[in-house]
Amino acid sequence: MRSQPRSAAADALTRTAGWAAVFVVLAVSGWLVGSVLGHGLQEVSWSFLTSEPLDAGRNGGIGTVLVSTALVLSVCLGIAVPLGVGAAVWLSEFARPSSRPVALIRRSLDLLASVPSIVFGLFGMVVFCQELRLGFSIAAGGLTLACMILPLVVQTTFAGLRSVPDELRLGAAALAISRSTALRHLLLPAALHGVVVGVMLGLGRAAAETAALIFTSGYVTRMPESLLDSGRTVSVHIYDLAMNVPGGEARAYASAAVLLCLLLIVNVAAAVLADRWLRHQTARVS
Amino acid sequence: MKQSRSNSWLNGDRWLERLLRLAAAMSGCLTLLIVAFVFWQALPALRDPGVARFVSDSVWRPTDETAPQFGMTPMLVGSGLVTLGAVLLATPLALFSVIVAEFYSSRTLAWLLRRVLELLNGVPSVVFGFWGLVVLVPLINAWHPPGQSLLAGILVLTLMLIPTVALATDASLRAVPNELYRSAAALGIGRGAVVWKLAVPLARRGMVAGVLLGAARAVGETMAIVIVCGNIVQMPDSLFDPVRTITANIALEMGYATSGHRAALFATGLLLMLTSSLFVAGAGLLRRRRGRR
Repeated sequence: MRSQPRSAAADALTRTAGWAAVFVVLAVSGWLVGSVLGHGLQEVSWSFLTSEPLDAGRNGGIGTVLVSTALVLSVCLGIAVPLGVGAAVWLSEFARPSSRPVALIRRSLDLLASVPSIVFGLFGMVVFCQELRLGFSIAAGGLTLACMILPLVVQTTFAGLRSVPDELRLGAAALAISRSTALRHLLLPAALHGVVVGVMLGLGRAAAETAALIFTSGYVTRMPESLLDSGRTVSVHIYDLAMNVPGGEARAYASAAVLLCLLLIVNVAAAVLADRWLRHQTARVS
Repeated sequence: MKQSRSNSWLNGDRWLERLLRLAAAMSGCLTLLIVAFVFWQALPALRDPGVARFVSDSVWRPTDETAPQFGMTPMLVGSGLVTLGAVLLATPLALFSVIVAEFYSSRTLAWLLRRVLELLNGVPSVVFGFWGLVVLVPLINAWHPPGQSLLAGILVLTLMLIPTVALATDASLRAVPNELYRSAAALGIGRGAVVWKLAVPLARRGMVAGVLLGAARAVGETMAIVIVCGNIVQMPDSLFDPVRTITANIALEMGYATSGHRAALFATGLLLMLTSSLFVAGAGLLRRRRGRR
């Protein structure tokens, strides 16, 4: 009997504190996204998206910066996706699940996922820029980001493959279908959602990254002529405008709005795909 | 005929397996490679001046030609305070929002809250930093100059940690079996007691894991901090003093650092890697144990 009022008081207190927390989280998130998009989108126009930055970025647009961003991301995905998917396929389909190498590789990828991005920047600077003599370049930046998103690609692809029912593998083996054929026509198509979600999440993380790029792909705003040219990505552009360019605020807002919209599209697409995949899975089980 | 066909199939498979095994081996070795390279670059600084002088030297003057000084205590304190402050603020905010989403709100609001948290999770740190600089810093400056300060860093970082902690907490609250809630309802136990005596204790490990993941993110965060913290190497006397963190120091100085200075920066990189991997390993351990139970 005595616990009844106390519980009611705890309930009321929790409710009040909880709604306050929800209000703070929603309000501040809305404030952030609203002010970036509100200030930024008025500046965004076709010419902003296609012209070169002028006067250290105070004027002009972000055309060349967008090209560099696309190139860095292409290098990153071009390396991380085949490597990561290949590794996940081996871990899931070829290696014995409880064997030592599998445990070691998965543990080491977990560790890799915990490395702060600035440390990837240090690593990329030494290995790609200096040892491999790529200099400050789009290639070096892309390779550094590839190392960073590799664990994400491996983990999601692995999860996708593990969710494929074993009947498919047994059926393929019973029909004497070779493992490569089974992979191409059965397992990878069945796990495609996992792969795509992993690639999208990796793309989102890579596009958001700044710290790993300032010492690898550099700050140059010219139109890159090859992958060995330095080129700044949108996130590096925002950083440079915020830190080093007095009067760059308006353009920084606009660049931030563009980056935020791009990431919104990528992340929402990944979430929708993952959601559909999950529903598909549960529908099949029930 | 039949024999040779199955042989060629086998060969195709064998080549594929070799290729895939190579990919897996490369992925697995990458971590080792990163640790090795960062350690190799840090080695000169670990030998001379040595780790002890990182703490015992009183000032940070690594470029001085005659007597370089490597005291990074203020930056270690800066990193620690920013991380601690952000974790202390983000944890209750995340916990209470998730409790509301799970126990007190309509489905629509819970859905909205989750989407907002996911959205916040995808916002780049440089955008958090820029927003902090143009919105929060002027407000703090009006209250107590100069604005770019420990407080600004803590507030921006709090915002970045909320989704990390909240999404992990949400996942572990959802993992509490539904039968327990039904039994609690059947016994007429009030909602407050269900939340604090049943759900939170059962989901505690997952929550702590989420907080540890948040701390790992906070320790390694660079861009947002470097933009809003003011970057002056000093022991902060109050929340309104500018500070420089270890990560900000790397971002600011690596561009021009050479020899001993550079090696010292790599040594701090090694320290960052160590700290955040400890947090993440702790989180992993908690999660695995929960899985076993």
